Amino acid sequence: MKPAPFSYSRPTTLEEALADLAADPDAKVLAGGQSLVPLLSMRLAAPSALVDINAVPGLDHVRADEEGVRVGALARHAAVMADPAARRVQPLVSLALERVAHPTIRNRGTTVGSLVHADASAEMPVVLVLLGGSITAASATGTRTIEAADLYVGPLESTLRHDEIATEAFFPALPDDAGVAFDEIARRHGDYALCGVAAVVRADEAGTITSVRAGYLSVSDLPTVVDLSEAFAAGAVDEASLDAAADLALASLEPAADIHATADYRAHLARVLTKRVVRQAHDDCTARREGDA
Amino acid sequence: MSTNAPTQTDPDTGEELHDVRLHVNGIVHQVRIPGRRLLSDALRHDLGLTGTHVGCEHGVCGACTVLLEGKPVRACLMFAVSAAGQELTTVEGLAAPDGRLGPVQQAFKECHGLQCGFCTPGFLTTITAGLRDNPDPTEDEAREMIGGNLCRCTGYQNIVSAVCRAAEIARLEPEGEQA
Ligand SMILES: Cc1cc2nc3c(=O)[nH]c(=O)nc-3n(C[C@H](O)[C@H](O)[C@H](O)COP(=O)(O)OP(=O)(O)OC[C@H]3O[C@@H](n4cnc5c(N)ncnc54)[C@H](O)[C@@H]3O)c2cc1C
Ligand code: FES
Ligand code: FES
Repeated sequence: MKPAPFSYSRPTTLEEALADLAADPDAKVLAGGQSLVPLLSMRLAAPSALVDINAVPGLDHVRADEEGVRVGALARHAAVMADPAARRVQPLVSLALERVAHPTIRNRGTTVGSLVHADASAEMPVVLVLLGGSITAASATGTRTIEAADLYVGPLESTLRHDEIATEAFFPALPDDAGVAFDEIARRHGDYALCGVAAVVRADEAGTITSVRAGYLSVSDLPTVVDLSEAFAAGAVDEASLDAAADLALASLEPAADIHATADYRAHLARVLTKRVVRQAHDDCTARREGDA
Repeated sequence: MSTNAPTQTDPDTGEELHDVRLHVNGIVHQVRIPGRRLLSDALRHDLGLTGTHVGCEHGVCGACTVLLEGKPVRACLMFAVSAAGQELTTVEGLAAPDGRLGPVQQAFKECHGLQCGFCTPGFLTTITAGLRDNPDPTEDEAREMIGGNLCRCTGYQNIVSAVCRAAEIARLEPEGEQA
């Protein structure tokens, strides 16, 4: 099928893009098109207007400093993933991006587009929530910051208003006492995951664990983050604490069934991946400390 | 100022039309098309470049892959208006000007990298760009390079061999020095 007719504009300033968007409540932003165009072609969406932001200058930056990584609305997944400073400052971003689709899709799809598309089976939304990041949203009436914790409200639904353009995403830097890991199970490499887990583990100078948090994608309707610290109250990572962490995680998740996996299978994957990823994040934490020393 | 503003409306349907310059394989084409014209359809129907194939039309199969400013993208996931003024390369642009096969095409021929050939244009464009970034791929890297393209016939073994062989041909006959 082909997309239904729409009027198309390709503004060359942000102000103009915001005006075009404000002028029609049924207009949609077109960034990389890697999610929107399939929806249009399948006629699951038929907006009356598309505002193509690809000609707006100054939106394709990837900037990393000691605070964190800032990604502009037109920075493609491939560019963010390949940025060495971003990888150093917050390695979880590139670790997760490696699992987003295939290289060809990453050449066009944007990281900010993926964040605001708000798909609970996508990698980047849960990473943003886990890290406590935020989005900058511009509209004709001003600019605001939306904290990741307030961004996702339903399947494919965010708190970004229809007249807003997300201009930048912010991923906080990895603290010195932390390590990260990401893993997922997909039917084929590059497909959407049946289940994915990201983890941040923090430990003190002596190597005693101080906090463990994990984020889950493709398990529930929303990107979900669970604090697993209490399973590691004794301060170490061992089989018993990992089992306790997996129990804790599953108590907070409601794995859903779809044509690809039953709820039980998803729960099983969440359990196995929780243990695997927390262990890896802990190893990463230790390795970073040793690397620093 | 907005670029690519509509210039006309279709007298039959009332749909807005845009005048767009598409730069394909070094040639500039002028087309008048609606905003919703997919790049894959503009290439095939408006320009007659039917080498770009359309399989799934939602980004999964890779048959429509073309190079945009040298990088592989899905032509079915872009509107032609969005590609205005940017350099596009389709499978038709991969042969030498005198019609001799490019290294990837030659390798597909030698290694039996195709059967029905439906998926082939997307593989050829993807691999051409892939070898530019990584001229000497391992077999694993060759697999990764083609991981986003679907083939229903070959079982991929011969395509992987073709990637490695194409790298070899390109090394033996660097671009522009082919005898
Ligand atoms: C074959 C295939 C496989 C894929 N696999 C994965 C995968 O495994 N994991 C994954 O996470 N993703 C996957 N994707 C999706 C891909 O990551 C997209 O890049 C991403 O979801 C959307 O980014 P985009 O820039 O293409 O946005 P678009 O498609 O242009 O837009 C998506 C939505 O966000 C809105 N939007 C985009 N940018 C802005 C902005 N700056 N401000 C306001 N609204 C905006 C649009 O209006 C639209 O509603 C896949 C896509 C394909 C085609
Ligand atoms: S036709 Fe474009 S990816 Fe299948
Ligand atoms: S050769 Fe037939 S689909 Fe690949």
